[in-house]
Amino acid sequence: MSGQPSHEGFPWKHVIGFVLSILLTVMALWLVFSMQLPVSTEIVSILVLAVFQVLIQLLLFMHLTERDGPAYHVISLIFGAFIAFTIVGGSIWIMAFRSMVS
Amino acid sequence: MLHSLLQLGDKYFMWNEGPMIWTSDVLIVLTSLGIIGVLTYLKRWNWLWKEWLTTVDHKKIGIMYIIAAFAMFFRGGMDGLIIRAQLAVPNNQFLNAEHYDQVFTTHGTIMILFMAMPFIIGLMNIAVPLQIGARDVAFPYLNALSFWLFFFAALLFNISFVIGGSPDAGWTSYAPLAGPFYDTGVGENYYLISLQITGIGTIATGINFLVTILKMRAPGMTLMKMPMFTWSILVTSIIIIFAFPVLTVTLALLMFDRLFGAQFFSVTHGGLPMMWANLFWIWGHPEVYIVILPAFGVFSEVVSTFSHKRLFGYKAMVVSMVAIAILSFTTWVHHFFTMGAGASVNSFFSFSTMLIAVPTGVKMFNWLFTMYKGRIQFTTSMLWALAFIPNFLIGGLTGVMLAVAPADYQYHNSYFLVAHFHYVLIAGTVFGVFSGLYYWWPKMFGHILNEKIGKWAFWIFMISFNMTFMPMYFLGLMGMTRRMYTYPAGLGWGPLNMIETIGALGMGLGFVVMVYDIVYSIRHPEKDLTGDPWDGRTLEWSIPSPAPEYNFAVIPEVKGIDAYWMMKHPKGQEPEPTKAVDKSKIRPIHMPNNSYRPFIISVAFFVAGFGFIWQWYWLGIPGLIVVVIGLFLRSFEYDDEHFISTEEIVQTETAAGRL
Amino acid sequence: MSVHMESLHEPTTSSLPLEYQEDGNLKIFGFWVFLAAEVVLFSTLFATYLVFHGNVAGGPTSQQLFDIRGFTIETFLLLTSSFTMGLGTYEMRRQNTKGVVVWVLITVLLGLGFLGMEISEFSHYVSIGANISRSAFLSAFFVLVGTHGSHVTLGIFWILSILVQVMRKGITPKTARKLFVVGLYWHFLDVVWVFIFTVVYLTGKVM
Ligand code: HEM
Ligand SMILES: [Cu+2]
Repeated sequence: MSGQPSHEGFPWKHVIGFVLSILLTVMALWLVFSMQLPVSTEIVSILVLAVFQVLIQLLLFMHLTERDGPAYHVISLIFGAFIAFTIVGGSIWIMAFRSMVS
Repeated sequence: MLHSLLQLGDKYFMWNEGPMIWTSDVLIVLTSLGIIGVLTYLKRWNWLWKEWLTTVDHKKIGIMYIIAAFAMFFRGGMDGLIIRAQLAVPNNQFLNAEHYDQVFTTHGTIMILFMAMPFIIGLMNIAVPLQIGARDVAFPYLNALSFWLFFFAALLFNISFVIGGSPDAGWTSYAPLAGPFYDTGVGENYYLISLQITGIGTIATGINFLVTILKMRAPGMTLMKMPMFTWSILVTSIIIIFAFPVLTVTLALLMFDRLFGAQFFSVTHGGLPMMWANLFWIWGHPEVYIVILPAFGVFSEVVSTFSHKRLFGYKAMVVSMVAIAILSFTTWVHHFFTMGAGASVNSFFSFSTMLIAVPTGVKMFNWLFTMYKGRIQFTTSMLWALAFIPNFLIGGLTGVMLAVAPADYQYHNSYFLVAHFHYVLIAGTVFGVFSGLYYWWPKMFGHILNEKIGKWAFWIFMISFNMTFMPMYFLGLMGMTRRMYTYPAGLGWGPLNMIETIGALGMGLGFVVMVYDIVYSIRHPEKDLTGDPWDGRTLEWSIPSPAPEYNFAVIPEVKGIDAYWMMKHPKGQEPEPTKAVDKSKIRPIHMPNNSYRPFIISVAFFVAGFGFIWQWYWLGIPGLIVVVIGLFLRSFEYDDEHFISTEEIVQTETAAGRL
Repeated sequence: MSVHMESLHEPTTSSLPLEYQEDGNLKIFGFWVFLAAEVVLFSTLFATYLVFHGNVAGGPTSQQLFDIRGFTIETFLLLTSSFTMGLGTYEMRRQNTKGVVVWVLITVLLGLGFLGMEISEFSHYVSIGANISRSAFLSAFFVLVGTHGSHVTLGIFWILSILVQVMRKGITPKTARKLFVVGLYWHFLDVVWVFIFTVVYLTGKVM
């Protein structure tokens, strides 16, 4: 009845994921508070770091790659990300006009 | 004593507003007493509870959705008639401006969220599991919860009429008009909270059907062998899942403004009323595709069945729908071109809006080619589908006119726009659900609806529809704006408005005739003993009518598009016995148990919603706590399934003549 | 439900872990889809926050308000809790109930710590007049971060209720699936927080 319990003796995946997530956070803090970069560069680079953080959670903690049949759940997430991007980008773009009016 | 009672009556029940409210109060009390009385007299309480209120069977849930949708069609239709009565002649004072605002608000909200949505969800509940050869949806319990959330949300919305006052800022509820400063009172709270509740149920439905369709198809039914209606529901589910959370947030933000003093859409403290329009339409535009795509799915089934031909351009149909799903998320600004977001924003969204017309056009041609050289059978269901094509075309083409941003500065918020969206919503969605109702009725109840009366209903409704809404295009061009409660005499708008009102009465008559058809057919049923009254092509027609509780005694094996048609007309092989069930393959079937909890949780949601509407937190918060407790108790429920024994299945199938 | 699922499609391939057995694969997939919907929900809140970020209406700005030490500790607490939750799932797959209980309890404690910090952060803001009504910026801030916080609160209760079930019934296909799903939820909240940390707090400090 059971799927086989995993046999590896030490949770390497998780430990690596944790170390990386802490490192990425420290890097982001350091980038913002210790480096004198232009604001836009800072924001873009911490956003890139955030994306890596997400990948760590998804791949190392959330077992994204396990599946039964086609990877529909990955497609859903990608579509979700597309919609998220549309909503955030679209809203900022559309609502930017108020600065021209007032 | 009496005096303070009357004061309470004025405060909560608006008794000071006169006879209309009193009549409604009396009617509501009498109807409720009547229902209770009849149920008690016929000793039907137990039956109601066991067979319906606690059911998790997708077919019964579908039927309840459709009954509720009919009731809401009636309510929304009455609102529509009242609007038309008010506008029939110039300078009319039948309603005052305030009441008029309430009536068009409830009309629009009810028709889209409490009529079109449940009607569609009802049809998909009935047809999708049967079309894919499944025994229920993926999460039957959640399905019941979705239904009851919708049901009690609809109830909540409707009681605003007699308790506290209806919302009155339009179905789009634009800020700052709908904000706390310009709209005091509880009406808007009813709007926000009841939509919130039904929206949560709808998200659950979207997830449920997505999983059902992707994971529970009969063996052999690959995605590209699915019936087109199922495809349309798959795509609709995707749009629901990704659009409705936006509505959830949008409603919540305005709720925070109204109840907790937030400043999102206020005009002071940095609020941006126009952000409401932005957020509302991020959901709102996908929503119009949520209500049209299932109708497209129905038409695909109906046109192909009654032309006795395979659907033309299956792949093109699928690709168009997927394209529509993606594009529908990229066009929302066309609802507020005039807000002033600038030329580049408007150009982009003008272009993306026009793009949507392309896949829609592709589908049109596919239906036409399906009929081309087909042996067309003019059933009532098919008549609705045939009428859809030219009428929807008018709506779509005027939509493209509206999509031209500079031109929209002229059309926007005029009756031209009102005509556009009624042409797409009625000729698309409403014709679609009626067509589907006549088509699947036999599968739901085991008898067909009377065709003669049905055709009367069709012709009356369809002609009156054109009479009601065609003049609106011209009135719009003549300068009549939407939502005006009356108009002066000298503008020449009177005659066209009178024609519209007569048309509206005709639509009401058409609706009554259709209800009569239903009543007549229940009393004089023309039984469908074959299970396949239309010579159908898809799996739902391979089982008895009405479908047994477990749907399929033996799960069918699918070999191609139009699976049942292929079973009936095998190429080159021995004809397979199409109806007979192979007794040796019957196994006991596991089915989910009924549960009272979805009903109770939804009642608690209703109570909580009511509490928040009135800002009675002593009621609202305990209500929410009961909801959460209900969900946790569900988590501890392990024994929630039962078996249907082989003997019982054999018995049922024998009775249906399948063994 | 299991039998009618099995009769509908191939039994789940045995190479997949326990929690995918019976109808677990349906529920796990359904939950991923729910998370995709949550992505949209939070992205709408983020869009709102970003649009309103500058609308402080003369009230405090993000730069004046946010406290680096506070949000950094919150971040580390939540990141660590995501890690310990992952270890809970790991132990579950080794059929080690005790390990599950220990790691999951640690997760809950870290979650509570996070919540405590967030509550004290919020009450501090309110005490200096930076409440939800002060400006549209603050409305957006409270609703975005507060929605995440209420998710965390619900998550803690949910985890505890699953923990009780695991302790009562041991690690069965059903309890395993439930634990796996609540784990997904918890990791997802961490994902959302990463964006709150980046977009709200860090960016709020420089812009
Ligand atoms: C060919 C495809 C379509 C195009 C190009 C199109 C275009 C438009 C445009 C540009 C507007 C905004 C006009 C204005 O406010 O000035 C609009 C409004 C509207 N459309 Fe369409 N549309 C299309 C199809 C549909 C469909 C299929 C439906 C629903 C079934 C629909 C329902 C609506 C509704 C409800 C509104 C108005 C909502 C309101 O302001 O209250 N449209 N359409
Ligand atoms: Cu639109």
